[in-house]
Amino acid sequence: MTDTDHVIVVEGLRKTYGDKPALDGVDLTVARGTVHGLLGPNGAGKTTVVRILATLLRQDGGRAEVAGFDVRRDADAVRHRIGLLGQHAALDEELSGRQNLEMFGRLYHLGARGAAARAAELLDRFGLADTGRKAVRQYSGGMRRRLDLAASLVLAPEVLFLDEPTTGLDPRGRTEVWNAVRSLVGGGTTVLLTTQYLEEADQLADRISLLDAGRVAAEGTPDELKARIGGDRVDVVVRHADQLDAAAAVVTAAVGADATTDPDGRRTGAPVADRVAALTETLRALGAAGIEVEDIALRRPTLDEVFLRLTGAGATAKEDATV
Amino acid sequence: MTNWVLTDSWTMTRRGLAHRARRPGQMFVGLAFPVMMVLIFAYFLGGGMRVAGGGDYKDFLIPGMLALTMAFGLESTMVALTQDLNRGVIDRFRAMPMAPSAVLVGRSVDDMLESAASLLAMVGVGLLMGWRWHNGFGEALYALGLLLLLRFAMLWIGIYLGMVAGKPELVQAVQILIWPIGFLSNVFTSAESMPGWLGAIAEWNPMSATATAVRELFGNPGWNGTTWAATHAQLLAVAWPVALLAVFGPLAVRRYRGLSH
Ligand SMILES: Nc1ncnc2c1ncn2[C@@H]1O[C@H](COP(=O)(O)OP(=O)(O)OP(=O)(O)O)[C@@H](O)[C@H]1O
Ligand SMILES: [Mg+2]
Repeated sequence: MTDTDHVIVVEGLRKTYGDKPALDGVDLTVARGTVHGLLGPNGAGKTTVVRILATLLRQDGGRAEVAGFDVRRDADAVRHRIGLLGQHAALDEELSGRQNLEMFGRLYHLGARGAAARAAELLDRFGLADTGRKAVRQYSGGMRRRLDLAASLVLAPEVLFLDEPTTGLDPRGRTEVWNAVRSLVGGGTTVLLTTQYLEEADQLADRISLLDAGRVAAEGTPDELKARIGGDRVDVVVRHADQLDAAAAVVTAAVGADATTDPDGRRTGAPVADRVAALTETLRALGAAGIEVEDIALRRPTLDEVFLRLTGAGATAKEDATV
Repeated sequence: MTNWVLTDSWTMTRRGLAHRARRPGQMFVGLAFPVMMVLIFAYFLGGGMRVAGGGDYKDFLIPGMLALTMAFGLESTMVALTQDLNRGVIDRFRAMPMAPSAVLVGRSVDDMLESAASLLAMVGVGLLMGWRWHNGFGEALYALGLLLLLRFAMLWIGIYLGMVAGKPELVQAVQILIWPIGFLSNVFTSAESMPGWLGAIAEWNPMSATATAVRELFGNPGWNGTTWAATHAQLLAVAWPVALLAVFGPLAVRRYRGLSH
C-alpha cells in the first residue's frame, strides 16, 4: 500500500500521556519533495507528531507511514530513510564534531573510511571544519545546531524532520539553515518542519498544518490560510483619540463593512474587497469629515494573525476554519 | 538482514573509550577510592581485627575489597547510563537503523574494560602491601574471572536500574543504599559475627559468595564457616551472577526497547 506521491501519510493519530491527550486524531499528508510546516502554540503536539514519525515514540491509535513504511511495523525501514533534527540537541557533548559525525556514519554502516569521508564533507559544508578536537559541550548554540543538522544528514535522508530548527539562532544562522533546507528540497528531500517563527513557515513551507491542542485546526498553503481569515484590510490611525469613533463610522460607511477599533493604537480598520477604490473612498470621506489622519494603509493579514485567530483564543474562528 | 550487533557494539565501545581518553584523570580518581579503602581498613581499622582461622587480616581483606570494588561498579554504570539517557544523543541512536542492544552492550564492554584495568591496579597495590596468592597462577586467574563475572552481573543490574531511575537524582538513592548492602557481607568481617538475621543476609549476599570463593582460590585466610552458603562459595560465586544476569539482562534490554512508550 505504498503511496508514491505522499511521503508522509498520517491518519487519526492519537497519543495520550497519562489521561491527558497530546494528540487527538491528527491527519497529515505531505507530498514528495515539498516542505510541510507544522505550526502551533506551545504544547500543541508538534514534537509528539515528529517523535512518532521518527519512530521514537509509539502512538496509541491511528496510522502513520513514512516513505511508504508503517512507523510501527517497519520501524527499521523507516529509520533507513529519515533524518531527525530534534527540538533538543541529539549529540554526544563529550566528543568533538568530527567524532560525532564519524560515530553516526559508522552506525549507519558506512564503514570506517566512508564515515570519515562523510564527516569531513559535512563539517566542511556547515562551516565546522576548523573546530578541531573541541568537545561539542564547548560549542556555541549556533554551532551545536549546525552540527546537529549535519548529523541528521549523514545518510542523505529521503524525509527530514526538523523540530524548531532555528530556535536560538541569530538571523544569519537562521538564513544559513533556511538555505540548507532549500538546497535539500531542491535535491528531492521531503521536509516536515515545526516552528515558532511564522516567518520561517512563510519562507519555507509549501503547505502548513496549524496544530492546536492535539488537533489540526487548519491546513493549506500560507496564502490560503491568510485568505481564510479575511483578505485585505484598510487600516487608519487617527491623530486625535477623540476622533476615533467618528473615524470608525466613516470607514464603515466608506467600505461597506463593520470597522473594528483599537483605542490604544488610535486605530480603526475594516476588511475591503476592492483595494484601491476602498482606499481612495476612505481617504476622501475622512477628509470631508474633518478627521486628521496620521497613517493609512492597505494590509495583507500576516501569518501571525492567522495563528492567533485560529488557535487558542480564537476558538470560534476554529470552527469555521476547518477545510 | 545483516545483523549489526557486533559492529554497532564495537562502535559504541569506541565511543566510551573516546570519552575516557578525554578525561584520563578520572580513571585515577576512580582507582584512588578503593585503594584508599584498602589502606584505611588494613592499617587504621584492621589493626585489632583477628581472623578466626588464623592469618593476617590484610590477606583476608584484599580479596574482599576486590569483590566490593567489582560490586560497587554497579553505581558507575548506572550513573553513566542515566547520563546517556538524559543526554539526547540517545534519541539519535534510537532513530537510526542500528542494533538497539548495541547501546547497552557497548556500555557494558566499555565498563568491563575499565573494571579489568582497575582490578589489575588493585592487585598491584595488594602485592605492594605484601598480599600474595598461594595456589598458583591458574587458580588466581580463575579468581579474577569470578570477580569480573560479579562485575558483569552488577553492571547489568546497574543498566536496568539506570533505566528505571531515569533521572540522575534517583541515582543518589542507589548510591547511598549500596553502602549498607556492601557492608552486609563478609568483605570486612565474618558474617557469623553479625547478629542472627543480619548474618544470614550477609552470608547469602552475592558479594560474600565471590569474596569467600576468591579467598579459597587465592589461598588466603577466610573464616571457614560451616553453613551451606559458606561451604559452597565457589558454586554460589558462579550461580549468583549467572542468575542475576538471567534476570536483569533481559529486563534491561526490554526496558530499552520500551523507551518508545
Ligand atoms: N513525556 C511526556 N510526558 C507527559 N506529557 C508530555 C510528555 N511529552 C509531551 N507531553 C505533553 O504533550 C503535549 C504536547 O507536547 P509537545 O511537546 O508535542 O508540544 P509542542 O507542540 O512540541 O510544544 P512546544 O512548542 O513547546 O515544543 C503537551 O501538553 C505536553 O505537556
Ligand atoms: Mg516541541
